[in-house]
Amino acid sequence: MGIAQESNQYELTVNDSKYVISGSWLGESLLYVLRERLGLYGSKNACEQGECGSCSVMMDDVLVCSCLVLAANAEGRAIKTIESVAEGSQLSDVQEAFIDTGAIQCGFCTPGLLVTIHDFLDSNPEPEESEIKEAISGNLCRCTGYGRIVEAVQLVSIRRSGRDI
Amino acid sequence: MSLLEEGIASAAGVGISATRPDGKEKARGDFLFSNDLSAEDMLWGQTLRSPYPSAKIRKIDFSQALAIDGVHAILTADDVPGENIFGLEHPDQPVLAFDIVRYVGEPVAIVAATHPEVAKSAVDAIYVDYEQLDPLVNSQEAIEAAPIHPEGNVIRHLVINHGDPDAVGNITVEGEYEVGMQDQAFLGTESGIAFPSADGGVDLHISTQWLHSDRDQVASALNLPEDLVRVTLAGVGGAFGGREDVSMHVHLCMLALHTGRPVKMVYDRNESFLGHVHRHPAKIWFRHSADESGALVKVEAKVILDGGAYASTTSAVLANACCFSVGPYRVPNALIEGWGVRTNNPPCGAMRGFGNVQTCFAAEAQMDKLARALSMDPVELRLLNALKSGDTLITGQKITGTAPVKEVLTSLSEHPIPKGVKGDLLELPGGTGRTTDNSHVKRGIGFAASIKNLMFSEGFDDFSEARCIVVDGEVSIQSACVEVGQGFVTLVNQIVEETLGVSEAVILPVDTSIGSAGSTSASRQTWMSGGAVLKACEAVVNALILELQNENGGEYEKVGLNLVPKDGSDSISIAVALRGRNFDEHVTHRHLPTFPLDHNGQGNAHVSFAFAAHRAVVDVDQELGLVRVVEIATSQDVGRILNPVQARGQIEGGVAQGLGLALLEELVLIDGKIANANFTDYLLPTAMDTPPIEIAAFIEQPEPGAPFGAKGIGEPPVISSTPAIVAAIRDATGFELNRVPIKPEDIALNGL
Repeated sequence: MGIAQESNQYELTVNDSKYVISGSWLGESLLYVLRERLGLYGSKNACEQGECGSCSVMMDDVLVCSCLVLAANAEGRAIKTIESVAEGSQLSDVQEAFIDTGAIQCGFCTPGLLVTIHDFLDSNPEPEESEIKEAISGNLCRCTGYGRIVEAVQLVSIRRSGRDI
Repeated sequence: MSLLEEGIASAAGVGISATRPDGKEKARGDFLFSNDLSAEDMLWGQTLRSPYPSAKIRKIDFSQALAIDGVHAILTADDVPGENIFGLEHPDQPVLAFDIVRYVGEPVAIVAATHPEVAKSAVDAIYVDYEQLDPLVNSQEAIEAAPIHPEGNVIRHLVINHGDPDAVGNITVEGEYEVGMQDQAFLGTESGIAFPSADGGVDLHISTQWLHSDRDQVASALNLPEDLVRVTLAGVGGAFGGREDVSMHVHLCMLALHTGRPVKMVYDRNESFLGHVHRHPAKIWFRHSADESGALVKVEAKVILDGGAYASTTSAVLANACCFSVGPYRVPNALIEGWGVRTNNPPCGAMRGFGNVQTCFAAEAQMDKLARALSMDPVELRLLNALKSGDTLITGQKITGTAPVKEVLTSLSEHPIPKGVKGDLLELPGGTGRTTDNSHVKRGIGFAASIKNLMFSEGFDDFSEARCIVVDGEVSIQSACVEVGQGFVTLVNQIVEETLGVSEAVILPVDTSIGSAGSTSASRQTWMSGGAVLKACEAVVNALILELQNENGGEYEKVGLNLVPKDGSDSISIAVALRGRNFDEHVTHRHLPTFPLDHNGQGNAHVSFAFAAHRAVVDVDQELGLVRVVEIATSQDVGRILNPVQARGQIEGGVAQGLGLALLEELVLIDGKIANANFTDYLLPTAMDTPPIEIAAFIEQPEPGAPFGAKGIGEPPVISSTPAIVAAIRDATGFELNRVPIKPEDIALNGL
């Protein structure tokens, strides 16, 4: 197989920036292109079959596993990755809560979980514990047993509502 | 305990819930894991692996593969520059197979190419002519079978013969048990990058658990002096034992040295399952006997661990499985016989819990059986036999440290039990799949307890080095201790704050430019490398005092974080006194020596012991075989808690892995081949599977000789959580259930 024969050129919009992808193999996943061609290594590759959620990104405001999206098919879609979650040096409230509650151990699942949880809390700002668990059940974590992650989501919900801890 | 109950941590120092210094980078996605590294002009490596569990290699032809555009190198056993053999405890495994392959997934050839897909194409284009042999896949048959390796099939045979061989109690229970092959399944697969260097050496950046062990094995295989193999830790996405062995290390270095270019390799999930060792599957027979009061009189056991094709840490895993087979109980007489054997199954080695897991599952089932035979409450029986400080283990070793087994058991049994079966579908077995309703659901409660040895055993020279460098009051710490997520980096900051009053230390790159810290395993790094960092910081304080005394003539005494002149003049804080001064203190920390076991399995082979107990509450739908774990409660002997949130994180994470072994996780082998080497079929617990984990008590009795009195806490949560869940399912169903993981059919079709 020659990579060059199957190459083409397309454009991706990632975190509001446009990137021209050229000289690539059209079979590359969005995850591969984000990581290895754009240097956006925050999206992770733990299973590359849509089971672990480590590569979660938003595509036109829909949560997707970037390992299951062909990069060339993402042309014209607005892609948001973990790298867009903080504003400059200012962490998002979910990122802060992850650090505060001890929700991060090795940290490999963390970016995917953060993208997932931001999306979830946007639609369900005051979730029940069981709803939180269901919402993150597509993101595997091998270190934490999820307890601190659930607590981080609860902490954000409380902080956003202005209620006391 | 939890942050919502405790409030936000604000101080630092040992004992409070300090937050991770790498938390911000990890939350931003900026933290560089080993597979996030790249370099100019980099090539991608790929591995050709054996498709057969046992075969002769007649011929390898890679001429077509080498002709593919973009392929820069294809290397085989002929290209290994040094010894084509490696191994964590004992070298017995080829870097690349040269005449025989002994398991499915054994590396045969390696490729470097310009793109990972080109490298995969090249691997597919390599032709290997194999002559298939009959694989040996039954661990019991392996003991007597024709050898599959020049060193024979029995990697270790261990007998523990303690007390009176003729002693026997009136009440006897017997059982056979099996444990399936669990995988560490860390999320960040094996990955790394190797750079050839101008001096003829190589720089390897890799995720691992033990840099120096890697360095030594790589240097031997490359035929390079150790100082030309420099290993640097790259960000580790979890480990749990699975990164203790060399995987791609030598391959990467060979390809980099051969091509003269940096080479990166990333295993995909399937290859990761083939590329690291697993938890040993076990076959276990037990006979327990007690007198009519319930006091244990004798325990007999036979334990067979399937080591797979190569030794890895089988010998030490078997020692743990046998030494602690009877659990945290006083047993005056014991005859334990264990075999760690070689088969054509995938190699097995270290996984969190390291041998204690397998026998604990079986022995705790025996304790419940014995309680039933005695018509005793299972907790009462355990309390009656609970080890305490001063008692003797079946290895003849007297416990000189703390052993609060009674406290662990009592605090857990007093913890409130959650209320009855709920009606919410999300909270029932089957969950939102709506496969059940609560009219079929039965609740069960189970209890189990465990013992785990801390640090390396059997005479291993176990040490860790650390340096504390002060430049104008700024503190840097150097150690080769690997952070795998457990929070050593947090502890370093806490120790520096505790000893020097400086709130943040720079942690220098973790590499082989300092001596070994040993492995991040065996619940040892807080004791060993935490101890080394503590000593290095204390050495700085002593050097500072000497310097002040030389300058000022008077004597100083350290009081808290201040230095108080004995002449009554004003005291000065250590942090302030360090400003404008430079120090560099390099120390080595060792635990007390251990000794080999003798021919009867007797000896002071271990350093210290940690105890835990777990209570599981489960809801079971017997008709569908569905189980929901409602709650796990635990008490754990921790010595002293250094960081409550991190301690809780270790416990919750460990319990989830114990739950995985009880209900979900098994590498299914068909004729030696893993049938489910992916996350669709190898099931890890999700947030929906993992129940709330209640910490009934941290039992804090400072351990003599341990830095800060702290015992390692990483492994106990994974050991007795599994048998507690199984006991709860037995309680709900009345079934024997002598094998883990328990599958739906084991319940739904039980007795059919």
